[in-house]
Amino acid sequence: MTSDPVPGADDGYDEWADALVEEGFYLECPNEHGSLPPRRVCPECGSDSLSEVPLPVRGEIVTFSQVHVAPPDFADNTPYVTAIAEFGPVRLTGIVRGLDAEEVTVGTRVETDVAQNGTTGKRLVVFRPRQ
Amino acid sequence: MTGVRVAGVGLTPFGEHDGRTGRDLFAAAADEALADAGVDRDDVEQLNYGNFMGALAERQGHQAPLMAEAAGLHCPATRYEEACASAGVAVREAVRAVRSGEQDVVLAGGMERMTNLSTARVTESLAVAADELFEVRAGVTFPGAYALMARAYFDQFGGSREDLAHVAAKNHEHALDNEYAQYQRRVTPEDALDAPPIASPLHLYDACPITDGASALVVVSESYAEANDLAAPVRITGTGQGGDRAALQDRAAIPETPAAADAAEMAYDDAGVGPDDVDVAEVHDCFTIAEVLALESLGFYDPGEAVGAARRGETTADGALPVNLSGGLKAKGHPVGATGGSQIAELTRLLRGDHPNSDAVADATVGLTHNAGGTVASAVVHVLEVAR
Ligand SMILES: [Zn+2]
Repeated sequence: MTSDPVPGADDGYDEWADALVEEGFYLECPNEHGSLPPRRVCPECGSDSLSEVPLPVRGEIVTFSQVHVAPPDFADNTPYVTAIAEFGPVRLTGIVRGLDAEEVTVGTRVETDVAQNGTTGKRLVVFRPRQ
Repeated sequence: MTGVRVAGVGLTPFGEHDGRTGRDLFAAAADEALADAGVDRDDVEQLNYGNFMGALAERQGHQAPLMAEAAGLHCPATRYEEACASAGVAVREAVRAVRSGEQDVVLAGGMERMTNLSTARVTESLAVAADELFEVRAGVTFPGAYALMARAYFDQFGGSREDLAHVAAKNHEHALDNEYAQYQRRVTPEDALDAPPIASPLHLYDACPITDGASALVVVSESYAEANDLAAPVRITGTGQGGDRAALQDRAAIPETPAAADAAEMAYDDAGVGPDDVDVAEVHDCFTIAEVLALESLGFYDPGEAVGAARRGETTADGALPVNLSGGLKAKGHPVGATGGSQIAELTRLLRGDHPNSDAVADATVGLTHNAGGTVASAVVHVLEVAR
């Protein structure tokens, strides 16, 4: 099941997620395609020349859902709001904290944070409100 | 290149099959398909078998040879896994094997057992089809992912929960007389609107049920059908497959499914037909919004136009383009790895005239099936034609 440890599965991802607490980053190729690690080549053009670029501090929610039926890893959190937010050239998926479900709309401005999933101990991308 | 016919189809009823193993379910569907085709077991040269979560649900990997054994077949057997499009790709590869001239008779289909797991475990097992790092860890479930697509659709194009409720009501209505359907019961748009939320804006009746079931098709070459004097009027004239980024966040547009558009373009070109030629379609409505996205990707509607199709009566049994006359995944059930095969089985029966809803499409000559994997990171489209 998904909570079982898979050696190596977090390589690159954990470092990326940890960075979200302070200054996050994304990967950029010479053609200015944005992507997220872990990654060997740009998924758009195949370039293997990827550099880390600071993630814009403020993002905007592009879609969201309040989830009522959760997998076991999130059973303690229901209901929770999961969202996709746009930060410049990349989008991230995370859980919204610090806002009631009714307050979340398309266009809500957020910043990134990282929490721990209490069930799995894995890092959890979190969006918090930011003007 | 040789033509391809569907010589016979077999399905188990979809629903809860307590105490039946996957082997038993698939063997029953295969048996029915071979009997329907009038094809001898010994003539089957290859088994193409779709399954998604068997290693989790029944703790059984390497299922294809087991299924061949269960069905009494002595031939090479391969499992195809493409999440909810597993059987669709199994059929597509069967078509390609026959067209290449390598095989004359391929049994293709799939099986899934799901109801033996708790709802939470099924939710978790289905989530494996999403991106583990960027979606599953962020709490995205399968309904949650389609909910994200639905919200983005409403935001970009308009449409409402009420529009989606009409999709649910339509497909339940179509399933009333289908003996293979899990739910042969009416659901009104009001029922759908009042049902408890699963992942907003999607509620219980926006979602397909958790289902056990199997599908099987006997796919043969034109020459085999003629040499053996088979009554096999339905031809598979087009097949196509498309792919996309796995995670929704990485797609160019969230409320669109270009993998399905690519698969459709390939299948239309292959068959030499276009969306205007299609008389009836079975599309992958794992959630009500999925049917809407499918109809737009398949070229039946412009982006933003399909959400009101069921409400306007255009995709109902008496509409201009009846969609999901089987009841769809929504009412018929969605045993993930069997679904793509069951769509083609249902469409074959509809075109042959031996489906309970065949009267609604008595003059139909061209049908289309659309089978999607995950949030349409993969899609398989088939065109079926019958001579009238
Ligand atoms: Zn690039």
